[in-house]
Amino acid sequence: MEVRDLFETLEYGPAPESPDEANRWLQERDNTLNHFIGGDWVVPGSGEYFASHNPANGDLLAMVADGDGSDVNRAVAAAADALEGWVAIGGHGRARFLYAMARHIQKNSRLFTVLESLDNGKPVRESRDIDIPLVARHFYHHAGWAQVMQQELPGYRPIGVVGQIIPWNFPLLMLAWKVAPALAMGNTVVLKPAEYTSATAALFAQMCHDIGLPRGVFNLVLGDQKAGEALTQHQEVGKLAFTGSTEVGRILRRATAGTGKKLTLELGGKSAFIVFEDSDLDSVVEGLVDAIWFNQGQVCCAGSRLLVQESIAERLYKKIRRRMSLLVVGDPLDKSIDIGALVDPVQLENIKKLVNQGVEEGGKLWQPAGELPARGCYYPPTLITDVQPSATLAQEEIFGPVLVSMTFRTPAEAVELANNSRYGLAASVWTENVNLALDVAPKIKAGTVWVNCSNVFDAASGFGGYRESGFGREGGKEGLLEYVKPFWESRLSKEPVHRLPRFTPAEVMPGHEAPEIDRTAKLYIGGRQVRPDGGYSNAAFDSTGKVIAEIPAGNRKDIRNAVESARAASGWSSTTAHNRAQVLYYIAENLSARATEFQHRISLLSGKEEALARSELDLCIRRIYHYAAMSDKYDGQVHATPLRNVTLAMKEPVGVIGIVAPEEAGLLGFVSTVMPAICMGNRVVVVPSQHYALLATDFYQVLDTSDLPGGVVNIVTGDQDVLAEVLAKHYDIEGLWYWGSRNGSRMVEMEAAATMKRTWVNYGLFHDWEDDEQGQSASFLRHATEIKNIWIPYGE
Amino acid sequence: MTHIILGTMSETPQTNVHSISVAGRHVERNPGLEFEPGLFAGIRVNRSAVERRAATIGTRRTVKKEYQAAWLLRALSCIDLTTLAGDDTPGRVRRLCQKAIRPVRRDILDALGVADLNLSTAAVCVYHNLIETAVGELKGSGIPVAAVSTGFPAGQIPVSLKLAQIAASVAAGATEIDIVISRSKVLTADWKGLYEEVKSFRKACGEAHLKTILATGELATLSNVARASWVCMMAGADFIKTSTGKESVNATLPYSMVMVRAIRDYHDLTGYRIGYKPAGGISTAKDALNYLILMKEELGNRWISPNLFRFGASSLLGDIERQLEHHVTGSYSAQYRHPNG
Repeated sequence: MEVRDLFETLEYGPAPESPDEANRWLQERDNTLNHFIGGDWVVPGSGEYFASHNPANGDLLAMVADGDGSDVNRAVAAAADALEGWVAIGGHGRARFLYAMARHIQKNSRLFTVLESLDNGKPVRESRDIDIPLVARHFYHHAGWAQVMQQELPGYRPIGVVGQIIPWNFPLLMLAWKVAPALAMGNTVVLKPAEYTSATAALFAQMCHDIGLPRGVFNLVLGDQKAGEALTQHQEVGKLAFTGSTEVGRILRRATAGTGKKLTLELGGKSAFIVFEDSDLDSVVEGLVDAIWFNQGQVCCAGSRLLVQESIAERLYKKIRRRMSLLVVGDPLDKSIDIGALVDPVQLENIKKLVNQGVEEGGKLWQPAGELPARGCYYPPTLITDVQPSATLAQEEIFGPVLVSMTFRTPAEAVELANNSRYGLAASVWTENVNLALDVAPKIKAGTVWVNCSNVFDAASGFGGYRESGFGREGGKEGLLEYVKPFWESRLSKEPVHRLPRFTPAEVMPGHEAPEIDRTAKLYIGGRQVRPDGGYSNAAFDSTGKVIAEIPAGNRKDIRNAVESARAASGWSSTTAHNRAQVLYYIAENLSARATEFQHRISLLSGKEEALARSELDLCIRRIYHYAAMSDKYDGQVHATPLRNVTLAMKEPVGVIGIVAPEEAGLLGFVSTVMPAICMGNRVVVVPSQHYALLATDFYQVLDTSDLPGGVVNIVTGDQDVLAEVLAKHYDIEGLWYWGSRNGSRMVEMEAAATMKRTWVNYGLFHDWEDDEQGQSASFLRHATEIKNIWIPYGE
Repeated sequence: MTHIILGTMSETPQTNVHSISVAGRHVERNPGLEFEPGLFAGIRVNRSAVERRAATIGTRRTVKKEYQAAWLLRALSCIDLTTLAGDDTPGRVRRLCQKAIRPVRRDILDALGVADLNLSTAAVCVYHNLIETAVGELKGSGIPVAAVSTGFPAGQIPVSLKLAQIAASVAAGATEIDIVISRSKVLTADWKGLYEEVKSFRKACGEAHLKTILATGELATLSNVARASWVCMMAGADFIKTSTGKESVNATLPYSMVMVRAIRDYHDLTGYRIGYKPAGGISTAKDALNYLILMKEELGNRWISPNLFRFGASSLLGDIERQLEHHVTGSYSAQYRHPNG
């Protein structure tokens, strides 16, 4: 083109980034990518390779090792061998390696950038300005955590060999999110990247070699599902971290159920992008570009569901359409494009199918004029308005550059619509009213809420989901805790620490004395004593086997009612921590007032001497005090993220938690498990110890007199494992804590997969509930809370 | 903010199309609107979001090679070549005017194949006392003379003197008047007062075009920048301009983002196109390209011509010349190789 003509047209013209260096790197490897195991490049045991293509043009990029179980076995063995040395070099030693990784990534940033875009199809601008800088930042930040681990995480140790399976949408960034905290905390890693995108993981492995990382600390197994499954099932893998689809996440939850493998899942989303009428609409539009037209919309936390206040909807749509018509779809290696190529033709077909379905269901489709490149996997930016909550597109993740929109009338309705989703990964809230923003953000069920921004990430801030978007956090201190375990966990006993009395039920002897007045134990649901739905009871025995009462045999309907009551008692979650503390102190006070009665009951049921029974009761009172004290002290944090903003890491109650209390631990077990949950604002449905059920039913009288709102603690007595299964399968429970058998633990984790409820199980091991670490450590509070990160940029 | 849709306004007719588009299509002058605070009172600009977007203006788009050369020529044609110093003399201004007429070395223009475009800067911008010198020097070139006015740069003089200064400058031959607004009226939210004042300036300008300098660096918030932009446009401004170049913070991309968005909304509402002039601190070719990208993205090509876009700059031209020579020769250029202005 002549300068003269261009002077008239002012076209942007091409601005290609050269692929030469990246291609040379691949060519030096004969365009073949192998496993990296024990510090060496390793050919696949099967000898098989599969082709990986550049999605922008379909060209063959590399042949990739098709890993299977044999390769995974080698890699896990190498990681296991490396573990001792990696722990032994200490936090500072590990910090040096992580620092070297950060530096090395920065020094080779363009190679990583270009290779990432070649492999994934994302715009080179995004790889250059977003992915790679965040990768480096992640290693810097976690080099720091390695350095200060001993001081900042006393009482914790590495897990061991960690298996990590990452997706194709942010290949290197997801690698960094997984690898940096794992290595910092002293674990060794076997990583399996997505089959579409192996290149930058291989470059990272090369870098590990170049900086002299000890052999086996980082291992890379390439391949598809086969390798992933083998890694999931490997017995020596102590922890599995996965980012990907909810469907696969569910498979992993089931596959690891009962094994004791620690699991974090970062899954899908249908994140709400809420626009109130007082927003800066032009900025909202740019926020949407960041939310849904970033990385071709292939972002798990993409703001894909626009909720706009009815009063401004048409004005906003007009501005969005205008902006959309300026978005350039094209060659990912062109520096002036906004939307690159989708990762694979399979994704393209899936998006087309879903969009067609959305239009059939009444959505109004709008796409800007303009041509897509003739070759490659491209899809235009798309807006679909009038999508009703009942439409498929409002519920299903599209994973493409497709924004669906609906309107709302009031802030309350916005929250309701935002939460009308199985997912809960992120949300974006736009308003210039700080009162509104800070009112709405905590009400949204999502792990991250961005106020007046979208898709902002940092290593210092935790990221992860609520509901079916998974569990666990990545980034920040909350993320580190996913890669360590407390020392006390390894001290749990295989045998019961607290012995249940052994007896054979005694026969009832007819007598001449008038019976004691029959006291009826009932279920405690919604603050009321209720009879069991089934109309059955079980005998309650004292420590000698004498029947002393009857205990209601709760069934699934009782659980249903209890959960409904717990759900309704939402005021407990929103009241102040100070108020909750007051109620807990009051419970302790009232328990103390009835100390003699409880002491006798403990003695009667356990066979303990009165003095020991008294000391158990005293410990119960002390423990209630502990959680009363903690209710306003286990509070949140402000993360130091490198933006002008406040990143609030808020601790929120999980919601409704089912608790299956330890059978052998009586009142102490009941108090030790229920109090941490309610002190943080959860409402609970407790299935108490069967043998000690009378203590639980006595205890509700204490609750009744202590100003605890009805529905916060619901007690359903009965067969623990039967009721545990009902709880595990219940869709309206967010968490389930289980202290029972090994099989029961497996069942709980297995059944919880359907809703991704947070589980905490004992795998058949036993706590010493008298021990303060095993009986009231920070782990209880951690499991009682979700951490939500709220990003609030400021500046007028 | 509330929106009032004016049914009578329609798309501006396109008349007077010049042979070369750099002169731009005819822009119908903005007659202004009645004072209507509902149009701007509710505007809230989110600074962080604007800054994030501004930061990607130069990273989402780039122009290379011959495209870049063409864009730089366009930038050059939009410069109000400016000298606003206490030691300006007729000699200094004559030299500047000759640079405005021949902004780039002929051999460079030949190599670029654009010699016949007869490129010049958009205007020469001076203090009142030097208007006549500039008008005389530019005679026959078609290059207008712009004068800063109304007690530039601080504007702390009586309104009567401001009006008199405008009248005197117009009488002296200035066809563009760059006025400064009373910042105190913005900071005290005296929007009606600001409106009346600017409206009186417009009246005093007569046929001369009115550029209103907001002095954005002294308006405290981006929301104020947006509101002041609206009031000036309602009062009949032909251009809105960021800065005098004398504030501690002058033109920036975030300020520009806010102002051009106001221009866009005003156009959507009324059909009138208001020009935009960032001024102060724009000294590199790279800066200039970023501003052109911003204009293209936010307002479209139509706005990137001298009748709707100006750079208020003194040293920018020098860097553009160096970059153009680099494009032609492939070697990095030096300042001394280009004639002084």
